[in-house]
Amino acid sequence: MKGAHKIKRGVSLYSFQEEYFLRKMTLEDIVATTERLDIPGIEIIPDQMIPGYPNLSDEFLKQWHGWMETYGRTPVCIDMFLDWNKFKGRVMTEDERVESFALDIVNANKLGCTVIRVIHDVEPVILERLAPTAEKYGVKLALEIHAPSYYDSELEQRLIAMFQKIQSPYLCFTLDLGVFVKRLPRVIIDRWLRDGMKPELAERVAQAYESGDLRLGDGPGAAEKLIAKVFAMGGVEADIYRVMMGAHMIYRDPSTMREYLPYTSHIHGKFYEMLPDYTEYSIDYEEIVPVLIEGGYQGYISSEYEGQRWIQDAFDVDSTEQLRRHHVMLKRLLGEE
Amino acid sequence: MYDKYMIVGEAFRNVEQGGAITGFQLGLRLPYYRGVVLSLVGETTLTVDGETVPPERMKVTVGGKTFPMTELENEPVVKWEFGEIGIVTVEKPGGLAPGDHAVELKQHLKISYVPVGFTGFDSKKLRLAG
Repeated sequence: MKGAHKIKRGVSLYSFQEEYFLRKMTLEDIVATTERLDIPGIEIIPDQMIPGYPNLSDEFLKQWHGWMETYGRTPVCIDMFLDWNKFKGRVMTEDERVESFALDIVNANKLGCTVIRVIHDVEPVILERLAPTAEKYGVKLALEIHAPSYYDSELEQRLIAMFQKIQSPYLCFTLDLGVFVKRLPRVIIDRWLRDGMKPELAERVAQAYESGDLRLGDGPGAAEKLIAKVFAMGGVEADIYRVMMGAHMIYRDPSTMREYLPYTSHIHGKFYEMLPDYTEYSIDYEEIVPVLIEGGYQGYISSEYEGQRWIQDAFDVDSTEQLRRHHVMLKRLLGEE
Repeated sequence: MYDKYMIVGEAFRNVEQGGAITGFQLGLRLPYYRGVVLSLVGETTLTVDGETVPPERMKVTVGGKTFPMTELENEPVVKWEFGEIGIVTVEKPGGLAPGDHAVELKQHLKISYVPVGFTGFDSKKLRLAG
């Protein structure tokens, strides 16, 4: 045992997107697979796998709860988006944003979920206005901290101040573990090479990332700085686009999250490539999970496999095997074996 | 992401109406990880054998409904679901000749949380049965 803790394992069905997109697996197939993999908690992006969302038919809800019962899984989280630009020629008003998000809260409750992963462009005022609704439906609103942002970024600091003022446990964060990427995923570098990046440049970018010289910051002008560095290394325009998309990650010392764990209700267990020895190539879970245990984190670690988009051009994606390995690792680190 | 899956060749065929060939069709999947309402579907640039199809000659059918490509921005409710194959119909009297055709596609999506949105590219050689 690694000490008493209340951390639970889950999976975002986002991880199975390749198989679902290609209609190789249905939503039920995926839920059945999570049972086979012994992953208790379920997170879903409704816009991805529930056709017609935000409308939830009674028929769908019956099926959904039936699957949870049949396969013995627990619904945990939905991932919401706020498409505030969907009306031609104008952006949504604050009231429209609140209304749109309120529907997600009601829907999360109908799906049996207790957390909503909130997309990061939802303004703090919207969260503040919806705190009573969240409480009424028993659904935590967990704004996602995603690289290149971290707890100490400007928006996150403003949110923490607001959380302290409101004192509602229903306003909190989701942390995406892509903030702890120690070295660039190998699957991304290999993709750059297949797409035509010169091997010398790919190697220099990978080294520069690892040494801390080439990481996308979150301050003003960060993107420009990164672009200038890639040009200076001999990159061409196509390389800039590749690096901007691929190096969208940071490395922070995991021990720094400890003081923020009381504000954290959900974690995306981001991973790009699980190796046959049950370790992740670029994210060192060995140094992350102990901090979660010691810091008293009580939510789910919800696996989020994102390697598929980097290998799908050349290889068959096997999300099930990647998830199996991820949970062998998590069970070991959580002392469940 | 999903770039190589965007152009769906199985749906590639000439379209006949009232005994005359009025154009051609192909399948299109969006290069993004969730379904979106049609107003978020940005510019669709389709090139066949080096010739770019004018947007006003394209229609798309999703979820059983057909929309002119130039009208998508006005539709904030109907969704193009994740992985759904939309059927693009191009108006082109006489259609395309049987044989191989070089098809290129660039698709932009107006996703609010990413300032530049998402863009996908695909190119395939498709064979039209004679």
